[in-house]
Amino acid sequence: MQLFLPIAEVSVNAFLLLGIGGVVGFLSGMFGVGGGFLITPLLFFIGIPPAVAVATGANQVVASSVSGVMAQMRRRGVDFSMGLVLLLGGMMGSGLGIWVFALMTAAGQIDLFVQLAYVLFLGLVGLLMLQEAVRTMLRNRGGKAPIRRSHVHTWVHRLPFKIKFRISGLYISVLPPLVIGALVGFLSAVMGVGGGFIMVPAMIYLLGMPTKVVIGTSLFQIIFVTAFTTLMHAISSQSVDIMLAVLLILGGVIGAQFGAKVGLRLKAEQLRGLLAVLVLAVAIKIALDLLLAPDELYSVTKGIGL
Amino acid sequence: MRGAFLYLIFAVSLGLGLSQPTLAEEIVAQFNQTRVSITTNFEGSQIVVYGAIKRESPAPKNKKNHVIITLEGPSSTVVVRRKDRVMGIWANNAELGFEQAPSFYAIMSTAPLAKVIDEATDRLYHITIPRAIRASTQNRDSEQTTEFTDALIRVRTSEGNYVQSEYGLRLLQDTLFQGKIDLPANITEGAYRVRIFITRDGQVIDSQFREIDVRRVGLERWFFNLAHEQPLIYGILALFLAIFFGWGASALFRYIRP
Repeated sequence: MQLFLPIAEVSVNAFLLLGIGGVVGFLSGMFGVGGGFLITPLLFFIGIPPAVAVATGANQVVASSVSGVMAQMRRRGVDFSMGLVLLLGGMMGSGLGIWVFALMTAAGQIDLFVQLAYVLFLGLVGLLMLQEAVRTMLRNRGGKAPIRRSHVHTWVHRLPFKIKFRISGLYISVLPPLVIGALVGFLSAVMGVGGGFIMVPAMIYLLGMPTKVVIGTSLFQIIFVTAFTTLMHAISSQSVDIMLAVLLILGGVIGAQFGAKVGLRLKAEQLRGLLAVLVLAVAIKIALDLLLAPDELYSVTKGIGL
Repeated sequence: MRGAFLYLIFAVSLGLGLSQPTLAEEIVAQFNQTRVSITTNFEGSQIVVYGAIKRESPAPKNKKNHVIITLEGPSSTVVVRRKDRVMGIWANNAELGFEQAPSFYAIMSTAPLAKVIDEATDRLYHITIPRAIRASTQNRDSEQTTEFTDALIRVRTSEGNYVQSEYGLRLLQDTLFQGKIDLPANITEGAYRVRIFITRDGQVIDSQFREIDVRRVGLERWFFNLAHEQPLIYGILALFLAIFFGWGASALFRYIRP
């Protein structure tokens, strides 16, 4: 069934969109991530204009994060005060990202900028996750219990403006969460992702938050940052396609429920290893597009109607 | 189809039977549709042009008439960019702006265009695809203009938005003609201009311009208008739907399997 998308101005198969939503939803349910980093490149691939793909990707992440945070709230996995601090940084980062996005679009370099951001961040995070997962798997095979200290004092703990985060059991400066929030907000606006793949490791390794509140808190703040990003894109460039978003969301929320079931059967380090491979595969695919000579060197961008 | 066919018979009888004292040869034409609606399940459309050449006296012997039909979508400025290898990666490097390029352009003729119209006629009426595009006047480098114009035509041709079909038309008995133009699914809305030319010796003898209205309707129209006229409300609607479905799915699945 072909469907003409009102904002993207392309005709695509509705079942293809439901399918993309479903597969990404399945993976995001399995790994506990938003899936924006998969949806947006897939939308590029099927011919959705990049600006629409990024803005609509952000809208889809709102839905999957809402779905995820409900479950986390029931098991008390959300640190609201930490979430609010991250959110404050996130809004600032997102605003800056929207501005850079418009600037790069005008200069004709937005595709390159988005692709480079994908290669850099997915590549980096993928490698780190893979290394960590492999190390854990090897250690478990060796039979030795992992040694992990709960409170490691680093330079992070010497910064001013300290606040008590009760649910996380932390007494740290608001500056690191603000900066992390801003970075993730910036990436959300530019890449059309929620940024969970950066937020989660940053919370664990930089802020030292306990694992049980990390995913819930990250999802909580991602809802607001991606909602803000969606709204800003809708106002500044009219590039959110509701019809596209609804189909992706429908497929996504259903897929996520099945993915979560499968995820429960796998071990944590196996999950992280698989996610790392997936993230790296996306990064490599985009890197190849940049490195290999394209079939058509020229591209046409429509200006203002006369 | 049947209505159009009846019209054709009518048009031909008009062309052959009645005589008007104005021009020696005149175009009589009709389309299968003058309004194309972009609905939610729009998959493209087809414009069929039926026509005849109406004459008061017999056509001159040993001079061949030709017919050209063009269909032109709304124009906009465009920027064409070329990727080059910059520090190992392929990035947009050079660019050229065009003041005016039709979003869609189809041209069909009864013979290769070079035979049908001469250079001066093309310059006057902007008939061939390169003539329908206007490069920015700021750019004086003609070699570069040619390079980017060719690229623009190549890209839009491969997308199905620029179509040229020489011999796409047949002129029966030097009088009747019929042409079909496919509109692709990724079409821009607006007023589409149809032009019909009869030529002889490379010169235009008669021409006719008409318009076809291509428009979003229903849900398509509603979303598009809301997104552009009330972007804040549109954005809030997008968020509301996302939150509703996200929450709904989570609640529904908890209800189904407790």
